[in-house]
Amino acid sequence: MIPELGNFSLMLALALSLGLAIFPALGVRTQNVVFMRTGSSLSLGIFFFMLGSFFCLLHAFVNDDFTVTYVANNSNTALPLPYKISAIWGAHEGSFLLWTLIMSGWTLAVAVFNRSLSTDITARVLAVLGGLNVGFLAFLLFASNPFERSLPFHPQDGADLNPLLQDFGLIVHPPMLYMGYVGFAVPFALAIATLTAGRLDSAWARWSRPWTNAAWAFLTIGITLGSWWAYYELGWGGWWFWDAVENASFMPWLVGTALVHSLAASEKRGVFKSWTVLLAIAAFSLSLLGAFLVRSGVLTSVHAFAVDPLRGVFILVFLVVVVGGSLFLYALRGGLSKNRANFSWQSREAFILSNNLLLVVSAAAILIGTLYPLFYEVVTGGAKISVGPPYFNAVFVPLMAVLFLFMIFSPFSKWGDTKLDLVLNENKWWILVVILGVVTTSYFFGNNVFFYGLLLKSLGALILFFLVKNLLQRVKNLSASYIGMFLAHSGIAVAIFGVVITTYYSEGKDVRMEPGDKLDLSGYQFEFFGVEKVRGPNYLADQGEILVTRDGKKVAVLRPEKRFYPVAQDVMTEAAMHVTPLRDLYIALGEPVGEKAWAVRVNVKPFVRWIWFGGLLIALGSFFTLFDGRYRAMKEKAAKLFPLGVAT
Amino acid sequence: MKPHRRQRLAVILFLLITVGSGVTFMLIALNENINLFYSTEQILTGAAPKNKTIKAGGMVLEGSVERSPHNLEVRFLISDMQGHSVPIIYTGILPDLFREGQGVVTEGMLEDSGNFRASRVLAKHDENYMPPELADMLNEKHVQNKSWSKMP
Repeated sequence: MIPELGNFSLMLALALSLGLAIFPALGVRTQNVVFMRTGSSLSLGIFFFMLGSFFCLLHAFVNDDFTVTYVANNSNTALPLPYKISAIWGAHEGSFLLWTLIMSGWTLAVAVFNRSLSTDITARVLAVLGGLNVGFLAFLLFASNPFERSLPFHPQDGADLNPLLQDFGLIVHPPMLYMGYVGFAVPFALAIATLTAGRLDSAWARWSRPWTNAAWAFLTIGITLGSWWAYYELGWGGWWFWDAVENASFMPWLVGTALVHSLAASEKRGVFKSWTVLLAIAAFSLSLLGAFLVRSGVLTSVHAFAVDPLRGVFILVFLVVVVGGSLFLYALRGGLSKNRANFSWQSREAFILSNNLLLVVSAAAILIGTLYPLFYEVVTGGAKISVGPPYFNAVFVPLMAVLFLFMIFSPFSKWGDTKLDLVLNENKWWILVVILGVVTTSYFFGNNVFFYGLLLKSLGALILFFLVKNLLQRVKNLSASYIGMFLAHSGIAVAIFGVVITTYYSEGKDVRMEPGDKLDLSGYQFEFFGVEKVRGPNYLADQGEILVTRDGKKVAVLRPEKRFYPVAQDVMTEAAMHVTPLRDLYIALGEPVGEKAWAVRVNVKPFVRWIWFGGLLIALGSFFTLFDGRYRAMKEKAAKLFPLGVAT
Repeated sequence: MKPHRRQRLAVILFLLITVGSGVTFMLIALNENINLFYSTEQILTGAAPKNKTIKAGGMVLEGSVERSPHNLEVRFLISDMQGHSVPIIYTGILPDLFREGQGVVTEGMLEDSGNFRASRVLAKHDENYMPPELADMLNEKHVQNKSWSKMP
């Protein structure tokens, strides 16, 4: 009964979405304000029924309703409760339900927080969002329905959730990621709305900014969590693989980053408007492309969901309609904004332009590398290739190095023109000191010195140095958006240190160890005491015991596990870690290779946590900027009430 | 030429040169870093290049896995189940779901001796899953994909 209710809720949500796609747009067409205003109640209805449907699936999972095929495939009576809940988004159908729920949430948010928009623009935005809701819901209902039943012969117990996904990381990673992916629908819808209305003005950019920043912050958290999860759960200590699906989330992030910056220029200076609109379209299109790549199975990947040709075709058609339609509209209307740019090549506008160029080019390079195997297969008539991480590193890292160089100047760059030579002259000794500092610390603390590493670390240190210097200079006049910029840019610098130091100074060994064997690595000694059997709630495990000492003093006892999940017949590696801010000790059990001998992976990874800490700082910074908008809105209101009282 | 035209020309030239060199660089990097997939039959008949990073896939033959008693070296045979089998040598930790009688894809180099020295072994993570490369090779129809166990 409850699953049918969930299914019915979805149908109602689809019907309301159709209404949302049609009525406000009709209102705009006929200048009918009543029709235009239908958007908010329709949005509320869609969200209500989506939430209802989500709770129905939740109910089925919590109560082990194995008559529902999706529950039977992804849960089990022995599965701990938190994982029963997160199993909702553990596979394709349920995760798309979450995606659509989040979509309806963003739609409702737009319907609620639209005070500063005119009625007709609100109507247009909601109509576009309604159209997207229709597409997602139709896909959910007709090609990936999580409520399908397997009556009358339903299984007695479920096939269990994939053990890789029975983890805290998976509880939080997909919702954050989807908040980001789907959140880009809002700037997209606004871009389409302004294009159809033919009004590309600064108000549009001002309104777009907080939404874009929020979506981008969520995407940042999602990617950061994904990297962290991969590190301890399936990466064997790696934190980024240039896997097709990682790339699928990274491309919208890069373009979103460009969008966040170009929106600032569009709002404050009225420049790059057409370009910004194109970026808004591109960011959301890449999100959809990501969904297509993950869910159609065209690419082999760790994360790929079940392959079903119908689903692939459906998403592809949806993608073509959305991307093709919006680009067509852009071609017709995008050239509307004619403004003579008035800035020098040392201005903040120019820096933002270089930022955009570099980010878009790197996104394009990743896109080419990700899709190349597909092209290759089509062109050669079936030859299979894969593009390895060396390609992505070779292309991406130099582009980022140039980007970081520009980033150094961002804190003191000025709209219109920056006196760059003055700034450089004033700071030349400081720059020298910072670089020398990086070189000497690298020389004393690392056992090797690498040119590339030194270059990147110097760039990171300079970014941080100028940020802090600028902060101290203007500490009495800090806006939320300035603090946001400060946090996000320091996050990048922190992440640079993490990435560079982990990449160059990590040490690791895969060894055969018998009880009593010792291994020396990076100044630590690892002693293997053997393996014993332990029992978890829904698994059996071989648990190793390893004593870590440094100069004869105990550092930690680590217990990595090799788990066997009897229901899914799956084996899983659970690494053990000892974490400090400056390094991770990382141990994973391979397989038994003899009577009592095991294959063991031992890693010492300096600064690896900085990567994710940097990511979180970036997201935090982006969230911080949201408070600025509210602040400004209040100020504007105050300025209206007291025309002379508040200076801006 | 008027100054603003000259400036515009300079900008366009600058863009052309950057984009052009960028694309060239990208394509070179791409060509150097693609790994072709070869079937065991292609490897045995000499169609696969030697001492170049390629991918090879097949079923791990039952009873062919041999471990070294001293280190993590492991040898096994992969086969297309039509009589073409290739010896694989790998040193390191095998993926969790590496089993005899199941499909794997390996990445590495074919040596002059005819041995394939793998630097990476990928095994399926699901009963129903077959990597697309393998599925095509073995003419399997049904392909279902859940997840991959990965080893660097």
